[in-house]
Amino acid sequence: MSIPALEVVSLSYHYPDGTEVLREAGFHIHPGERVALLGPNGAGKTTLVFHLNGIFRPETGSVQVAGLPVEDENLMEIRRRVGIVFQDPDDQLFMPTVRQDVAFGPANYGVEGDELRTRVSDALSAVGMLHVADRPPHHLSLGQRRRVAVATVLAMRPEIVVLDEPSSNLDPASRRELADILTALDITMLMVTHDLPYALELCPRALVMNDGSIIADGPTREVLSNRELMKANRLELPLGFDPNFDR
Amino acid sequence: MAGTHTHALFVHGDSELHRLPASTKLGALGLFVLAVVLTPREAVWAFGVHAGLALLGVWIAGLKPMFVARRLLLEIPFVLFALFLPCIGGGEQIEVIGLSLSVDGLWSGWNIVVKGTLGLAASIVLTATTTVPDILSGLDRLRVPRLITSIAGFMVRYLDVIAGEMHRMRMAMLSRGYSPRWIWQLKAYTASAGALFIRSYERGERVYFAMTARGFTGHMPSFGDEQVRPADWVRAVSVPAVAWVAAGWALAVA
Repeated sequence: MSIPALEVVSLSYHYPDGTEVLREAGFHIHPGERVALLGPNGAGKTTLVFHLNGIFRPETGSVQVAGLPVEDENLMEIRRRVGIVFQDPDDQLFMPTVRQDVAFGPANYGVEGDELRTRVSDALSAVGMLHVADRPPHHLSLGQRRRVAVATVLAMRPEIVVLDEPSSNLDPASRRELADILTALDITMLMVTHDLPYALELCPRALVMNDGSIIADGPTREVLSNRELMKANRLELPLGFDPNFDR
Repeated sequence: MAGTHTHALFVHGDSELHRLPASTKLGALGLFVLAVVLTPREAVWAFGVHAGLALLGVWIAGLKPMFVARRLLLEIPFVLFALFLPCIGGGEQIEVIGLSLSVDGLWSGWNIVVKGTLGLAASIVLTATTTVPDILSGLDRLRVPRLITSIAGFMVRYLDVIAGEMHRMRMAMLSRGYSPRWIWQLKAYTASAGALFIRSYERGERVYFAMTARGFTGHMPSFGDEQVRPADWVRAVSVPAVAWVAAGWALAVA
């Protein structure tokens, strides 16, 4: 089998106050997979995400991105390989214009001139946002900002894109547009979400996390159909939603 | 919360001044203000020349005189201070409608008002014809330290976000029966200012995480993609050049 795009092996982590956030969490994702990471609030999902690009360091265990371990000497390359799309686009988009924001990542890696311009326009075209390139991010709607946030990560040509709650606070039309864009991208993806129908639609595979461990790993439809598993991990489908309803 | 006030200073248009690269306009503004400041206060005719140049800028930019006049109101606090000077100045005194005014104080007041007004008028022309991102990249091109342009950029970027947070906190207070009309309720406002500070601080941390996640190592990358031709500089600097001739002349005869 191919080298995993992302391999997490028995990861453990405590907060400085001693709270155990990650306990022996482990999984791997292969190139081209789209995987949902599900779990209740406080399960350790965001802490896990911060381990994937070395913002947090594992106490025990390891993280490898396309075969490269997350360690000090690889940090820059790791951060290029793992593109994190943060939940609040206002945290992610900090430059005066959309164009400069999308260019920020590749520019940090020394990309410049025509190559940089191509990267920016390719990334913005991929999310259908090229027409707002010269606007300030705060003049865009939340849906548009979230799409631009995805572009800022795509411009770095990552091995894997990690999305933190991509559908939160979006109106149904923006949620649908983002889903269309994400499914059209040919990229490995890990999506942290509470939006279970979204996970089912976008990700063929799902991981369930609770109390800092990966509790289940399987096809999303099977995970969502397992009532005991869902109930034990505080996961609830919207009223009337049947994961086995054939669309 | 898509705010609007970041572009509030900018007036859409397609004038010669709108098209000039930001760095040349910033350079011209700096040179003009320096010439105004160096002009001796007694050389009233030279200020006439400067005012003519500022009006020329307003005319080229296609700005309405009333619009410029309204923005000039910004300097009122400084004007009030200048009006105060003749009353407290020492030295030779003259009688004006029953008031004893200091001649030196009058000149000082005039000095502040005329130089302030001209500098502000020129800045109004710049900000009305240049967007904030362009001003920032223009400063970058003029080799202003990137730390300073970055701080200015972050301020502009997050002004709306923080104003939005403040607005939501105010709405939340009003929704729970708080009426801010009474001065002794100020305590709630100071408490919310503290909360706002903490929230902004936490956001700063999240933004920093987002920056490091995209390879930030402490140096902002440059985006000086502005195309500047020598002819742009010649055109931009022609206006302050006239001001410098006037200032130089006035200094020579003074």
